[in-house]
Amino acid sequence: MWNTKRYDIIVVGAGPAGSTFARIAASKGLSVLLLERKTRIGVPVRCGEGVIDSGLRLFYEPCPEWIATTIDKFCFIAPNGSSIAVKLQEKGYILNRNVFDSDLAKFAEKEGATVVTNANVNSLLFENDKVAGVKGICNNEPFEITSKLVIGADGVESRIGRFAGINTKINLNNIDSGYQKTISGIDVDRNVCSFYISNELAPGGYIWIFPKGNDSANIGIGISGKAHINGKSAKTRLDEFLDLKYPKHKVESISVGGIPLSKPIKQMVTDSVMLIGDAARTVNPLSGGGIILGMKSAVKAADVAVKILISDKEPTKINLIDYQKQWMNSEGKQINRIYRIKTAVDKLTDKDLNNIIERVNKLPVEKRSLARIFRACIPQKPSLLFDVAKVFVGY
Amino acid sequence: MIEVDKGDCDFCGACAAVCPVDCIELYEKDIKIDSKKCTECKLCIYICPIEAMSYVEHETV
Ligand SMILES: Cc1cc2nc3c(=O)[nH]c(=O)nc-3n(C[C@H](O)[C@H](O)[C@H](O)COP(=O)(O)OP(=O)(O)OC[C@H]3O[C@@H](n4cnc5c(N)ncnc54)[C@H](O)[C@@H]3O)c2cc1C
Ligand code: SF4
Ligand code: SF4
Repeated sequence: MWNTKRYDIIVVGAGPAGSTFARIAASKGLSVLLLERKTRIGVPVRCGEGVIDSGLRLFYEPCPEWIATTIDKFCFIAPNGSSIAVKLQEKGYILNRNVFDSDLAKFAEKEGATVVTNANVNSLLFENDKVAGVKGICNNEPFEITSKLVIGADGVESRIGRFAGINTKINLNNIDSGYQKTISGIDVDRNVCSFYISNELAPGGYIWIFPKGNDSANIGIGISGKAHINGKSAKTRLDEFLDLKYPKHKVESISVGGIPLSKPIKQMVTDSVMLIGDAARTVNPLSGGGIILGMKSAVKAADVAVKILISDKEPTKINLIDYQKQWMNSEGKQINRIYRIKTAVDKLTDKDLNNIIERVNKLPVEKRSLARIFRACIPQKPSLLFDVAKVFVGY
Repeated sequence: MIEVDKGDCDFCGACAAVCPVDCIELYEKDIKIDSKKCTECKLCIYICPIEAMSYVEHETV
């Protein structure tokens, strides 16, 4: 029985980060238990599902069933309605994350991990004040399972971290309130992702249209957590937008969620606990993309964890800290940089945004690479905006 | 006191991420707020994308 064994590692949360970690650790011969609250892994989807091909290929050979559409163009729409289209230098995908997430957990299972759904972790198990496993409920039955190491891959709520004494609370100005409808019966270009950038429509975020086919799309909004204090909610804003632009749409499904847009978390590990993915705030704070970055954090964490456990060392904070150090020297550093860009971008008014799009439209089409566009936007800070270019396509 | 409309709630966990005192517990299709721990700071109401949370004056029973 899965709940009577002792494991090397318990991973909480079977999103892309948790399943990727579980697959790697199991493939190295460690005993791994992957616990997921949902009845069906990947359902419901809480995501726009956009990824870039090269990002995905770092971890998996893209499978045709994962891909709803292939993207070759981005279109940015200014508050006054003028727009620019930019050809991508590499292709992107809109995924079917229900299939994707479910397959990733199956890959972990194939490598020997035990995967249990309907398993809600409610607290950590402590022995002599040390984390020694997890407690929870599975199909109305309580369980207690011990392990050497616990991985918090529990997404935006990140409670495993808090149980272990890590402060994962996120400030309202560092999280977007996200709301999306997958709709059909509309006319969309299946190869173009569109972004409405406007403080009036989506303060502290944007509205996205990610096509899922010829007549369907994920249309969603992210607004700063602060924006709802004296303004409309994400749902109200998106519903208004949809009624205006697509009055005849049919709703296929609804997706709700918080999108962490913060600097890297200060503490990613403690004794016997590591945090990965959204739980460790490994999300691009400008674009909100977190699928690829979450898997990158999983790989880095798994490498460190496997080395320690295979050599029979204790997974103490001091031994696990290499993961955090490696992160902060690579993606973490980049996220810090993007966070600074986000702070600058947040200050742009709708008038600034209109001017930027107008300026870019004066560039000859063949010169409209994202990098050039952003260099043209704010000539006094070219290095900063060169990064913005990569931000939207890179992750 | 903070109330959740469980018919509207999508159990996404955004509220739990901002709660300063970690008093929101999520399940696949349930949410519980520990009203003894809750400070009524209302951050959860602001982050909820679908207005599933609201503040109601304490009822005296
Ligand atoms: C509206 C919206 C749109 C987005 N669009 C994009 C996009 O287009 N591209 C992109 O790259 N990113 C996007 N993101 C971000 C992306 O969805 C996340 O970054 C990504 O899912 C993070 O993966 P993860 O594995 O860390 O966490 P998750 O995918 O959130 O997985 C965490 C898992 O843990 C489970 N869990 C949580 N707590 C417990 C518990 N106590 N016990 C058991 N299980 C638990 C959850 O049920 C969940 O399955 C979007 C997010 C939102 C909300
Ligand atoms: S943020 Fe709103 S929808 Fe999400 S779990 Fe909390 S109350 Fe429910
Ligand atoms: S009001 Fe504040 S303390 Fe109470 S549940 Fe909401 S966020 Fe937590």
